[in-house]
Amino acid sequence: MQMSTEIQCHTISVLVDNESGVLARVIGLFSGRGYNIESLTVSEVDPREKLSRITLVTSGTEMVIEQIKAQLSRLVPIHKVRDLTVEGAHVSRELALIKVAGTGDKRVEALRIADIFRANVVDSTNESFVFEIVGKTDKLDAFIKLMEPLGLIDVARTGVAAIARGAEAL
Amino acid sequence: MAQETMSGAKIVLKALVDQGVDVIFGYPGGAVLPIYDELFQQNQIKHVLVRHEQAAVHAAEGYARSTGKVGVVLVTSGPGATNAVTGLTDALMDSIPVVCLTGQVPTHLIGNDAFQEADTTGITRQCTKHNYLVKKSDDLARTMHEAFYVATTGRPGPVVVDLPKDILMLPAPYNATAKVKHKSYKPQVKGDLKKIEEAVKMLANAKKPIIYGGGGIINSGPGASQLLTNFARTTGFPVTLTLMGLGAYPASDKQFLGMLGMHGTYEANMAMHDCDVMLCVGARFDDRVTGLLSAFAPNSKKIHIDIDPSSINKNVAVDLPIIGDVAHVLEDMLKVWKSSQAKADAKALDAWWSEINGWRKINCLAFDQGSEIIKPQYAIRRLYELTRGRETFITTEVGQHQMWAAQHFGFDKPNQWMTSGGLGTMGYGFPAAIGVQMAHPDALVVDISGEASFMMNMQELSTAVQYRLPVKVFILNNMYMGMVRQWQELLHGSRYSESYSEALPDFVKLAESFGAVGIRVHKPDELDGAIKEMMAVDRPVLMDILVDQKENCYPMIPSGKPHNQMLLGPVAAGTEAIADEGKVLV
Repeated sequence: MQMSTEIQCHTISVLVDNESGVLARVIGLFSGRGYNIESLTVSEVDPREKLSRITLVTSGTEMVIEQIKAQLSRLVPIHKVRDLTVEGAHVSRELALIKVAGTGDKRVEALRIADIFRANVVDSTNESFVFEIVGKTDKLDAFIKLMEPLGLIDVARTGVAAIARGAEAL
Repeated sequence: MAQETMSGAKIVLKALVDQGVDVIFGYPGGAVLPIYDELFQQNQIKHVLVRHEQAAVHAAEGYARSTGKVGVVLVTSGPGATNAVTGLTDALMDSIPVVCLTGQVPTHLIGNDAFQEADTTGITRQCTKHNYLVKKSDDLARTMHEAFYVATTGRPGPVVVDLPKDILMLPAPYNATAKVKHKSYKPQVKGDLKKIEEAVKMLANAKKPIIYGGGGIINSGPGASQLLTNFARTTGFPVTLTLMGLGAYPASDKQFLGMLGMHGTYEANMAMHDCDVMLCVGARFDDRVTGLLSAFAPNSKKIHIDIDPSSINKNVAVDLPIIGDVAHVLEDMLKVWKSSQAKADAKALDAWWSEINGWRKINCLAFDQGSEIIKPQYAIRRLYELTRGRETFITTEVGQHQMWAAQHFGFDKPNQWMTSGGLGTMGYGFPAAIGVQMAHPDALVVDISGEASFMMNMQELSTAVQYRLPVKVFILNNMYMGMVRQWQELLHGSRYSESYSEALPDFVKLAESFGAVGIRVHKPDELDGAIKEMMAVDRPVLMDILVDQKENCYPMIPSGKPHNQMLLGPVAAGTEAIADEGKVLV
């Protein structure tokens, strides 16, 4: 059988036991087998059941993506592995905090663009702003690119959180 | 009901007993002293004191592989645990169920670089199926039982339980039973019936079918081997097995083509290359098996039965994957074959068999035994012939002797062949033989070895002597790391860089110094007598068989070549056996 050799980007949701070492298992799997991690976020989502949700963005051929999912499913503390990219529509969001330093026209221009992107100012001094922006990865990329000539000095991004559209849970 | 409280060390021992463990292989040290103290005060579990922790794991592997039970290891913290790492990796690669208990510094010292502290769970995360660090006494009993459950179910593998010393000393409740239900870990054993029906259709329509079986059949239990044999006999299809699968189908059966892969038989590899429907049963399309991937069985539809979904489409994209335990799937497949009154295409199968018999006529394993120098193949042939009447278990080290053993020793039953297939660990065979002999005290257990591999774990002679284990080490001594030398000959212009076994000990005296028996064999006509003597001695025996130093292992698929381009023997001088793109491969 032939499988596609085109490199694709996939967003994968993983439900895991929130126990020590679980993230190391996931990351070790990726580094040990040479898979890419474009983005990885993790946080506890069910304190009662002690479950955390990992959102992974990875890229590879169809065969590699299939392997990644199978290898993840094989880890003992992993409950569910879902490929949001193939299982239908989903929403994905990322948050970034972006520090821009400058004075005069550049400062005004930064504020103006922030307004267009619906970024909030969460900290301000006479020489700097910290913007908070939420959106898809490409929107954040675009905003950061525009801030570069306007005094961009620092960026912190959360990585992607994603969830399927509709009434179904993970 | 009030739960019984006992020390952590007692809990560990009670859990082992409740799991039916009768032997453990280990080495004491500071962090595990509480467990050793409990061992001293009981007589349900036998402890085998090895001379190096790596050997403890290999012994447990040998025990596990030859019995179908879990092999249990007990080592101390720090160096005890790190020495076990090679064995754990070996067990992971070959899917051998092992539970390895490691000592750890007390919980309040973890992370302080305490004496004999190592981050054992960190180090072993990638070389175990799963691992645990027990931080709370309450979790101890449950964790112990869970470790056995994870090690034995699904695709088996090694599990480490790291035990801080304070947890071993503190009293705690024994609050778990041997029966475990796991929240997230639920391996699938039953195959999808629709897919099995589809597989039967594909197989019934096949003109050139082949069954390619692997270690998964052995892991599935003796029933799986029986079902495979029934299925092959029912259909009349040819069968080939991987290195790990040997014994899953009787080697003496006429439908058996021998092992496939790099040093497999010509007929097995040619049949794999030309087949139109391949039934892969519990094997994983390893690179030693497939040769050049892009030319692997190019005109075939592939059906793949495996318990591990990650084995599917890993190296080779298959047409019909069936996730499940081999025995369950084969049982259903046999039922469907019979109930649907499926029939193999007799005419096509006849033609296929006559093609296969043509390849067989090449007689690819032939060798020329003269009267002066012992050919290693001949030594193994004689061992096979002379041991046929006895229950015999064979382990091997890694290298030429291992491939010759796989080619020339026939296994008619599963669980009688123990070898390091995936990791290729020199030093595996001797301690593995010790583990096998512990499980089968009356059987003949032979480690087919090379002189270089044997020296990697030869300290275990002391263990064998201490426990009166009459294991036999059958050293094919060619004074080279033979497979390294062979590759240097084929790839590097016969520049034998560091592959000569310099300064070898006198193996006969070595054996005697340990209290074992040493026998040296120089000539072909001495061999039978020496083997008989070896079998008659009820003590550990070291056989030093001086064999042809320049013999190479053929047939061989050179790296980067497909199945149908096997080398049947030495190539003419000046011709490149292996192309540049093959040289980078291992």
